[in-house]
Amino acid sequence: MNDMQFLTWVRGPGLDIAVGIFLLGVFWRLFEIYSLGRKKDLSAPRSVSGASGWHTIFRRSLPPEGMLGKSPVSYIGGYTFHIGLAIVVFLFAPHILLIKNLTGLSWPGLPSQFVDLVAVVTLAAMVVVLVDRINKPVKRYLSTFGDWFTWTLTFLPVLTGWMAVQHLLLPYTTMLAIHILTVELLLVFLPFTKLFHAFTAFGSRWYNGAVNGHKGVAV
Amino acid sequence: MQGSLIDTLARQGITRRAFMKYCATLASMMALPPAAGRAMAEAMAAAPAATRRPSVIWLPFQECTGCTESITRSHSPTLEGLIFDAISLDYQETLMAAAGHQAEEALHAAMKANEGKYLLIVDGSIPLGLDGAYSCIAGKSNLETLKEVAKGAAAIVAMGSCAAYGGIPKANPNPTGAVSVSDIIKDKPIINIPGCPPIPVVMTGVLAHFLTFGSLPEMDAKGRPKAFYGETIHDRCYRRPFYDQGKFAKTFDDEGARNGWCLFELGCKGPVTYNACATVKWNGGTSWPVESGHGCLGCSEPDFWDAGGFYKALSMPADPLKIASAAAVAGAAAGVAISFANRGKKSAAKSAHETTTLADLEK
Repeated sequence: MNDMQFLTWVRGPGLDIAVGIFLLGVFWRLFEIYSLGRKKDLSAPRSVSGASGWHTIFRRSLPPEGMLGKSPVSYIGGYTFHIGLAIVVFLFAPHILLIKNLTGLSWPGLPSQFVDLVAVVTLAAMVVVLVDRINKPVKRYLSTFGDWFTWTLTFLPVLTGWMAVQHLLLPYTTMLAIHILTVELLLVFLPFTKLFHAFTAFGSRWYNGAVNGHKGVAV
Repeated sequence: MQGSLIDTLARQGITRRAFMKYCATLASMMALPPAAGRAMAEAMAAAPAATRRPSVIWLPFQECTGCTESITRSHSPTLEGLIFDAISLDYQETLMAAAGHQAEEALHAAMKANEGKYLLIVDGSIPLGLDGAYSCIAGKSNLETLKEVAKGAAAIVAMGSCAAYGGIPKANPNPTGAVSVSDIIKDKPIINIPGCPPIPVVMTGVLAHFLTFGSLPEMDAKGRPKAFYGETIHDRCYRRPFYDQGKFAKTFDDEGARNGWCLFELGCKGPVTYNACATVKWNGGTSWPVESGHGCLGCSEPDFWDAGGFYKALSMPADPLKIASAAAVAGAAAGVAISFANRGKKSAAKSAHETTTLADLEK
């Protein structure tokens, strides 16, 4: 298989398989998780919970008081790479084109040099949070295979994408194909690892906020 | 044609100065040191007169003659064409006056007289299906002819994408079982000059290098001369700044197209195509595909014909997604099935639950 055949495979059958497994996993897990349900809370609400669920979605995106100072790497590094990923994934013109082709939705992109800069910052932030995870005994103790694995799954597409654009190590065609392949691996594993928080984080925050509101600690 | 090349050129109205300039240009295009231009000029101008012009045998297989057209009709009169004339082209079916048995005789005479020294140029792919019956010359399959002629060649030039990589004949489903020269010949130096057709100056550059240094120029992993195939079309494209700014033509006649914006979204394969079109251009530097408003097809890359469609951007799926909706439905069904199973488990646990009474605790 030459590099062009490799690229055509990852753009064709490879993408088909990866998107298929991704959708299968996402629907499977969403149905499974949301159908679990909870016992109905029969108590009278202490206060009207109102928009407590929605508030919690937003509030938990901010560091609790004092935590930013105590754990700056987690927060700043975390923000940086999450925002960076969003910019790189959703505001790079070729990515928008792919999304447009798959869903029909499109929006304006950012200049490629800017996206390039963001990719470098994202990679740096991811390395920093990894080093922090290794260095801090508690974090290291709490880390499982899944944590190291998902870090790698997230890191590789950004790294290979950036290297493809910069023409590093391998010819562009091969690197582009490897980039798409790593994204496909990410898609395949996303529904079955902690990366699924992309779909569940806001839902569970809402649920927690709503329950707390019901109990009288609306925020 | 008699005399040395320089005399021939002079007769055609090409001055020595123009010839030297051309050689210097060739040398610089091939990223050779400045002295190489002079060496090239000397080798090409003098050597043919001393003994015999270097013999070149050109074998056409499964091809469209576009490669021959490219070199002979590039823009006339050209230095490329004249240098091409200055070699002893002993066998080239399209250009030779001889036909039939005479042509075959010329081929065998040239092979015998220049054993181990002639340069073999091949254009077209070699069909292996039906024992090679898809393409025969003089009652012999292309496979047989290639093996026979390659045996005595000093080096082989695979001219055009068909000879280099199989090209269009090899396109899916490859009915004739077409393969490239390098798929068959393993024991000779082979240089690929892919393109559909290749750029004339690339061909003369390689010929000039061979005539001057007696060897083939430095090649990349796909057997192409690095000097001409070292960079992608995209990296050398004059429309590149628009790509970087995110300005794309969305159709062939929108404002973006009229403003000369990047053709990436219209399927340009420039980013994955290694060739010299963007710098050398075509027809004497007049223009080239992207300049004329059409994206690059990627013709100098292997299997460009099957690379997902000419009008699909590289970041688009090469084929429509087939299993996506079925997978979504299957996933939802699996989720629902598991949720029923979970509920069943829950209610089973509930009904199996035994209440503990005070009496139980006092036992």
